[in-house]
Amino acid sequence: MAAPVESSGWFPALAIAVSLLKCLFINAYHSTDFEVHRNWLAITHSLPISRWYYENTSEWTLDYPPLFAWFEYGLSQAAVHFDRGMLVVENLNYASPATILFQRLSVVFADLVFIYAVKECCTTVREEKAAKDLLRRPCFVLAVLLLWNFGLFIVDHIHFQYNGFLFGFLLLSVARHLQARHLEGALWFSIVLNLKHINLYVAPAYGIYLLRCFCFTQDNTDGSLRWRSFSPVRLVSLGAVVLSVTAASFGPFVAMGQLPQVLSRLFPFKRGLCHAYWAPNFWALYNVLDKALSMLGVRLGLLDVAGLPKASMTGGLVQEFQHAVLPSVSPPTALLCTLLAMLPALWCVWRRPCGGRGFLRCLVQCALASFMFSWHVHEKAAPASGEHRRDAGIFLMLATTGHYSLFPLLFTPAEFPIKVLLMLLFTIYSFSALRNLFSGEGSLLHPLEALYLLGLVAVEVLCEVVFPLSPWQQTLPFVPLLVTSVYCALGVSYSFVRLYVSLLTQEVTEKTKRL
Amino acid sequence: METCTLVSMSILLGVLVRWGVSFNSYSGAGKPPMFGDYEAQRHWQEVTYNLPIQEWYFNTTDNDLNYWGLDYPPLTAFHSLLCAHVAKLINPEWVKLLGSRGYESPAHKLFMRATVLAADLLVYIPAVVLYCCYLTNGSTNKKVGTLLCILLYPGLILIDYGHFQYNGLSLGLTLWGVLGLGLGWDALGSLAFSLALNYKQMELYHALPFFCYLLGKCARQGLTGRGLFSLVKIAVTVLVTFALCWLPFLSDPEQALQVLRRIFPVARGLFEDKVANAWCSLNVLIKIRSILSSDSQFYLSFAVTLLAITPSSLKLLKTPTFWQFKLALVNSSLAFFLFSYQVHEKSILLAALMLPLLLKDGLLMPYAVTSLAFLVLSTHLLSALERCTEAQLRLEGYRRLAAWLPAWLFLSQFYSSLVLMVGLSVASVALPPPAGLPDLFPVLVSTFSFLHFLGTFIYFNIVQLSTPQGKQKTL
Repeated sequence: MAAPVESSGWFPALAIAVSLLKCLFINAYHSTDFEVHRNWLAITHSLPISRWYYENTSEWTLDYPPLFAWFEYGLSQAAVHFDRGMLVVENLNYASPATILFQRLSVVFADLVFIYAVKECCTTVREEKAAKDLLRRPCFVLAVLLLWNFGLFIVDHIHFQYNGFLFGFLLLSVARHLQARHLEGALWFSIVLNLKHINLYVAPAYGIYLLRCFCFTQDNTDGSLRWRSFSPVRLVSLGAVVLSVTAASFGPFVAMGQLPQVLSRLFPFKRGLCHAYWAPNFWALYNVLDKALSMLGVRLGLLDVAGLPKASMTGGLVQEFQHAVLPSVSPPTALLCTLLAMLPALWCVWRRPCGGRGFLRCLVQCALASFMFSWHVHEKAAPASGEHRRDAGIFLMLATTGHYSLFPLLFTPAEFPIKVLLMLLFTIYSFSALRNLFSGEGSLLHPLEALYLLGLVAVEVLCEVVFPLSPWQQTLPFVPLLVTSVYCALGVSYSFVRLYVSLLTQEVTEKTKRL
Repeated sequence: METCTLVSMSILLGVLVRWGVSFNSYSGAGKPPMFGDYEAQRHWQEVTYNLPIQEWYFNTTDNDLNYWGLDYPPLTAFHSLLCAHVAKLINPEWVKLLGSRGYESPAHKLFMRATVLAADLLVYIPAVVLYCCYLTNGSTNKKVGTLLCILLYPGLILIDYGHFQYNGLSLGLTLWGVLGLGLGWDALGSLAFSLALNYKQMELYHALPFFCYLLGKCARQGLTGRGLFSLVKIAVTVLVTFALCWLPFLSDPEQALQVLRRIFPVARGLFEDKVANAWCSLNVLIKIRSILSSDSQFYLSFAVTLLAITPSSLKLLKTPTFWQFKLALVNSSLAFFLFSYQVHEKSILLAALMLPLLLKDGLLMPYAVTSLAFLVLSTHLLSALERCTEAQLRLEGYRRLAAWLPAWLFLSQFYSSLVLMVGLSVASVALPPPAGLPDLFPVLVSTFSFLHFLGTFIYFNIVQLSTPQGKQKTL
């Protein structure tokens, strides 16, 4: 921080510091996801490949693509040296100190991919004027916002997941595309697709962008597409990269004829529209609207109480059920909504790719669209991106709201200070750093937006302090989750709309500029 | 970035690291019958809540002094009483008389850790923040860097939030005392330090500098005029503070004497366990504990400590500046640690070299993490210091000691010490000690540390004694 610090030493220092901090929380609360991954370690280590996707001793069956299973297999080779007990499939909920140490450390080490990817991203960040003060340089701010990201910290290193590892590959592929190394970018994206298939929903963005920018090698002078410049060679090479990765991942299972079983594990459509804790997306608002309308209808005598489906949507059960007033939503409907939501962004990138920046915007838009409308979204899917200079305000809204929506994940009293402290740390830093970066361009947030964000504090106090001490704790235990989810859904939806508005107005101004 | 943003982020990070360490084990966890310091603190809550004040320091059927009897001054007892009241509200099982011995549960651990955090938030952290903001020189970034380094100092975090103690309270109060003196509010500073003394008798390590500085300062102002008035004001403040703290024990001289006997256990011998001071290290060569009688040991350590502390105190009396005061604090505490009687390794709270203690508590991971982080951080943040005239000052001291040795020897000494430290840590954990020397690693660690502390002691004495008159330097 002091002036004479060498310019290159800060990145390793940041990375080491955050890794050390992660090690401090090894003994903190971990969720059932810990057992999920222990189970997968056991399955991949102790059972032959043909049994991997059929094994169901534990309720946490393998539901990630095969490449992740190979990753777990690799980890299990190291796990042998820590505690063999964790590799026994029958040892359900086995959590010896050595097991916890190993699994936690594996997440920290897997994050090395993420750290490398962040480094690559930082090198692609354009700096118009090199600021003397390290704290004011965009690459420093970006590095901190990514490396010390609240969401990743809470979800990966306390709740327990490998999102940093996965996000690292995604980020790396984005960085490669920004550096115009498209084939390599496609490679990393294929890898991440085969690690966690939830990334399928940003595939359209990749597909359209690569088709437009990579397969068509030239543009006309006015920026529109030159159809003649289509390069089959490039298309084939892209296809080869994607197919070879997928073959390496799925190959053995296709050869054994297990593909349908694998796919049924990967896409469990029997689960309901919303998880037990509603992700703050469009369907949360939809559900609340439906509930409100049905209650209104009963009150006004328009609906018969007996005819309504049981109020189990908020009870925390993960099943399919019907809505009362509004039309019910089925998986194909949700998929259609998601695709429709993505279309404008895809159209923009097709019409006017605007280089890497345009791709990034489209990617974020697609990710957000799929979060908003997808079937059975886990709250952890809330993306934490935002390298747009003009959209710093939107980023702040989205990041803060998205991060707050993760609060219910850590519900134990001992972890309460952790999530509050980390949230404060990250929020204060992001506001301050972004305000410094864009100083002189007016305030980043509209007063109403600021008010909404302050409302998060009120929601937190209500849900975690006031409500547990009130008499309704016993009768309506789901209310805090409901309130948190709906309140955050408002913020997320608002950011989604604003991003689109920003994207489309940029498109319009580009058009008028050329006319 | 604005100062308040940086400062608030540093505080948040400091608290976060503290709470992270608190997830780990504590002293004596799951180890009946005696457990450890954690149980001692819980026991004091039990004793102070259930028994009348007159029985707190005495051996009765309800209060067995052999089972973690109170051996800190009254303020600790009052603090325990306060915590006990809160504990009783949450779960009376935690402080049930005689029935709560060895009570351990996740909820109780959360409560105890929370009491440490509360004390830190109220006393220690504000003192550090104010100190860094108002009593350090340099740019904002440098001040925040210092703040971050102090807040992330591993020793205090590991002892308070790992092993389990309340050093943040006593050190914080002392720091408030230093703040008071630094800002010119001598009476308030004395009040704070008196409270610190009444919390832990260990603060006597810092008492002589306070005394000499204030006396010297009053003498400067003229012992017949304003100086006398200041002296009287300070003396009255100190006496009243002590009186208030000891009030319940002043009714009966036997009470006061018993408290003194508990807090100064002169019957226990020169040292216990492996501690990095002179006597323990000397014991490796000469079995001093068996040669001398208990009384002689006491007088010997008393004399040597006095001898060690005299040069620094006299210098401070003569030139009572704030810089001299700070140097004297370091020298005094080091002298007491190195040479005094019945020192516990926790008394050092300097470098993170309490390895054997932490290993016993199962705190290896937090030790490694916090020490590494502190090293990385301080190298990055404080590297600027090495480029300014402070470096000259540092080397000057050594030069006077051994003018013929080249400068690079001292610079490489830091790195070689570091390498040795890491090596010893790894060896202590990974290798079993040889059959004939079961205490090899703790002894090695404490001797190694002792040599470093001795070197530091000599160095700082040289610095303090050689600073020319009138030179104002703040750090």
